[in-house]
Amino acid sequence: MAILEVKNIQKSFGNTQVLKDVSFSLEEGNALAIIGSSGSGKTTLLRCLNFLEKPNGGSISVCGESLFDACQAQDWEKNLRTKRLHFGMVFQSFNLFPQYTALENVMLAEKLLAQERPDFKQNKAQIITEIEAHAKELLAQMGLSERMNHYPHQLSGGQQQRVAIARALALKPDILCFDEPTSALDPELTGEVLKVIRGLAEQKTTMIIVTHEMAFARDVADQVIFMDEGVIVEQGDAKEVIDNPKAERTKHFLARYTQENN
Amino acid sequence: MFWTVTQSLLGGLATTIEIFLFTLIFSLPLGLIFAFASMSKWKPLKWLMDVIVWVVRGTPLMLQLIIIFYGPGLWLGHNIWNGGEAGRLTATVVAFSFNYACYFSVIFRGGIESVPVGQREAGEVLGMTRSQIFFKVTLLQMIKRIVPPMSNEIITLVKDTSLARIIAAYELTFAGFSFMKSDGLTWPLFYTGVFYLLFVGILTLLFGYIEKKLDYFR
Repeated sequence: MAILEVKNIQKSFGNTQVLKDVSFSLEEGNALAIIGSSGSGKTTLLRCLNFLEKPNGGSISVCGESLFDACQAQDWEKNLRTKRLHFGMVFQSFNLFPQYTALENVMLAEKLLAQERPDFKQNKAQIITEIEAHAKELLAQMGLSERMNHYPHQLSGGQQQRVAIARALALKPDILCFDEPTSALDPELTGEVLKVIRGLAEQKTTMIIVTHEMAFARDVADQVIFMDEGVIVEQGDAKEVIDNPKAERTKHFLARYTQENN
Repeated sequence: MFWTVTQSLLGGLATTIEIFLFTLIFSLPLGLIFAFASMSKWKPLKWLMDVIVWVVRGTPLMLQLIIIFYGPGLWLGHNIWNGGEAGRLTATVVAFSFNYACYFSVIFRGGIESVPVGQREAGEVLGMTRSQIFFKVTLLQMIKRIVPPMSNEIITLVKDTSLARIIAAYELTFAGFSFMKSDGLTWPLFYTGVFYLLFVGILTLLFGYIEKKLDYFR
């Protein structure tokens, strides 16, 4: 059974329909890349999955559990926080908390969640130690052990984005989403972030990656979705879609893309 | 004579400090509540707040103080501030707190709105509640941004306390002026100025210290 089922998602801002009937599913352990030009609705789709936007129609379910159904849209606020925790989100502009060190950024949310546990007061010291060990482990995995006590402004863009990935992983989401994770980075810094994401793919982390890095999408993703004007034009095996696109619009987009990069 | 004047000015200074501190204690949280009201999605509340801020910022504090002190006595037929020095101080603190809360609310709103939306969204996707996002993420970033305008406003408050003289509260300026009225002395007025300068000087150092303390992040 697919870990994620997205059916007929629609989203409008005023009179502009940004997503028109988007459906797809994702298997556990797979990486899905979403490609397409700016304004095609890729980011809005990710924001809907993370409950940052409320879709006007459709449904979303994770592990068979319905998280959103437009027919019961009034349940939106109910358990919103719990529903969000199925997804992790890495933003284009990192959005690290500037007043906390890298380590504190990674620990914060987990610590706040732990405070709600009934046994928190009794085992406080032990729980905090565990959270800290977990956060340090994640930062080590990102190659940032040396930098964990630095504040975001003391880190390079690539390092900040890696901290943001560790922060999203700390809550053990079922599905990790990336919204153009390298678009705000200097070209020489994209490599270190892509390497980390590639590592996650090798560990079979379930991921959705909105990206403009075609070569990366082709190598790392299992599936690819090409979006244009709010609809999925083409989807399928990543190598298949990128090497042999079938739809006219996909061919056009990829051709223009290869041209620009040669 | 110098000693007499000093003693009298210290008495006035005590009242000035009382007005200053109590006004801050009440107007800071009230200003935050006003700021949230002025950002409310429920329009009637926002409009009400806009009108209150317009009226309070649009009329002199001295006029507001006179109305709050004398109004109840004239309308209700009895003075709710019960005459004495304590009553005058209470009326002053009420008028000042409301007035300053309105100014603070505008500064707070600017501070909150200047924190990028991405910060709130990052908190949301990490499963934080609204109040956790405000207290753990937004608040400190907002404080850092509002220290300079707040220091302006708080320094103005030090000097605005002298308006309490209009309802005969015995504060610092009242104390200094009384020697001109009774003995024709003008030097106590300059001496009074020195008291204000020292008060504001200490505050300036304090704000500089806070700014420096918050310098560790951007």
